[in-house]
Amino acid sequence: MRAFASLRRMPALVLLAVALGTGVSTRSHAEYADVVLNRTAEKEGMRPVVFPHWFHRIRFRCKVCHAELGFKMRAGSNLVTMGDIIDGKFCGACHNGEIAWAPENCDLCHSGKPGLPPGIFGGHETNGPGIW
Amino acid sequence: MPFRPTVLIALLFASMAPSTPHAGEWAKLAEDGVHDPNGPAIGLLQQPGDALPNLPGDTAGNQVHWIKALRTGVIQPRPSIDPAREDRRLDKDIYLDLYGSMPSVRFPHLAHTEWLDCTNCHDHLFLPKRGANNISMFLILQGQQCGVCHGAVAFPLTECSRCHSVPNNQAQRIVAAIEAEEAKRSAADGDKAATDSGSQSQPRVLDGKAKTK
Ligand code: HEC
Ligand code: HEC
Ligand code: HEC
Ligand code: HEC
Ligand code: HEC
Ligand code: HEC
Repeated sequence: MRAFASLRRMPALVLLAVALGTGVSTRSHAEYADVVLNRTAEKEGMRPVVFPHWFHRIRFRCKVCHAELGFKMRAGSNLVTMGDIIDGKFCGACHNGEIAWAPENCDLCHSGKPGLPPGIFGGHETNGPGIW
Repeated sequence: MPFRPTVLIALLFASMAPSTPHAGEWAKLAEDGVHDPNGPAIGLLQQPGDALPNLPGDTAGNQVHWIKALRTGVIQPRPSIDPAREDRRLDKDIYLDLYGSMPSVRFPHLAHTEWLDCTNCHDHLFLPKRGANNISMFLILQGQQCGVCHGAVAFPLTECSRCHSVPNNQAQRIVAAIEAEEAKRSAADGDKAATDSGSQSQPRVLDGKAKTK
């Protein structure tokens, strides 16, 4: 039983060794925990949206967005529309001209490089997605 | 004697020699691979390298020790938009992995609930019952369980010793003391409410100091 348990854990460690090994090599990277939202934006002619966790967590705790405002913790899993935002949901709960600047500043959110898939972008040691 | 991946682990630790806070540079937005370098936002958005060096340093992730930043008051992130909303906290450590090849894991509820709500973990990631979840490093590395946040937004999985932080024998002693305390308490409760079957047979993984709740 214990022997089995140890063996079962080996793939994780091998995986880890690989991940650590490759992590150091690439230097051009997004800030840790930046999220690209691009389910609809580019199809509708806008740049992908870049959401910076580092900037927002200086000002808000995780529970504000991920409990109170209902953002699910999985990149790409929230279908956010501009209609919602203007109605005060998702980003629009704050980007309403009161807590933060209003939705009319299109380019500040739609700042992504064309062609990026939705997902979380890493950097530093992890060098990449939440799912290794 | 089962095979233990101790050598590999020792190597991993060796490859992570301690370094000074803010060990690296923060990428410039125009060169970070996600922002459009020709877009109008460059020049308007704040550069991570302008904000983050002012916060307590760390060697991984955002290179910010977010817990220190919060507890020293250097940052004061809001806990809610609706001021009437309850900011739930729990000060209860859970000890995991008491008998493995790595040091034991101390999971601090307090550090987590300062940032997160109970519903961020309970019940969809973890049942709120000690030992009821088959937590494994393999699943964590695949972005499940602790790995939903660690490796994505919270400090990354390369920081083994921030989770594996307590020597096994010390964790075992703490847990044994709590087990004894709980057995005493439940025996006393048992006299009063012999019909209550809920709190029997506690699994091996136990919490530490339980100040609230
Ligand atoms: C506070 C951030 C924010 C601002 C400001 C913003 N957007 Fe968006 N926008 C989003 C997000 C998030 C999405 C969803 C992205 C996705 O998943 O593809 C989105 C999606 C869109 C879409 C895709 C279709 C739709 O309607 O949802 C269009 C078009 C769009 N935005 C246009 C605009 C325009 C035009 C402006 C300025 C008037 C603007 N946006 C300002 C965040 C913002
Ligand atoms: C201002 C709002 C906001 C705050 C504050 C915030 N997040 Fe997020 N988070 C988001 C958005 C938006 C996404 C992307 C959702 C999507 O793509 O559908 C996200 C995605 C995530 C993901 C998914 C990553 C993945 O691998 O798929 C995790 C995990 C996460 N956040 C954790 C946290 C943690 C931990 C904190 C606190 C330290 C936090 N978030 C604070 C808005 C926020
Ligand atoms: C909980 C409130 C809240 C939510 C939700 C929120 N933001 Fe923000 N956001 C802010 C605040 C506050 C600022 C700073 C405004 C200021 O400087 O006046 C900000 C600033 C920004 C900035 C500019 C950062 C910079 O470098 O100046 C971007 C980009 C941004 N938000 C994108 C988003 C997107 C995209 C979403 C939704 C996916 C979102 N935000 C959701 C509160 C929020
Ligand atoms: C986010 C917290 C966290 C981080 C970071 C982390 N672990 Fe773990 N790890 C855990 C938890 C929780 C378990 C408990 C699983 C169990 O009970 O068996 C575990 C179990 C393990 C196990 C199997 C049990 C044992 O002790 O033999 C190994 C091996 C392991 N981790 C190695 C590592 C290594 C190596 C690193 C760093 C590269 C690391 N872990 C980083 C949380 C973490
Ligand atoms: C970051 C994730 C996370 C958050 C947030 C969280 N918990 Fe937990 N909780 C856990 C884990 C992990 C365990 C241990 C499960 C195990 O041993 O398998 C646990 C265990 C528990 C237990 C069982 C403890 C025992 O002694 O049996 C209770 C009760 C509990 N949590 C309540 C809460 C409450 C109340 C909150 C909010 C104030 C909360 N938790 C927030 C992850 C979390
Ligand atoms: C829902 C998101 C989430 C999950 C799930 C989660 N954590 Fe965390 N954890 C955080 C955040 C946010 C912090 C604050 C530090 C940071 O952001 O780097 C943190 C900090 C910690 C710390 C540092 C405490 C300190 O005082 O330095 C430890 C240890 C830790 N987590 C272990 C775990 C373990 C073990 C698990 C799984 C049983 C786990 N975490 C699951 C979000 C999470």
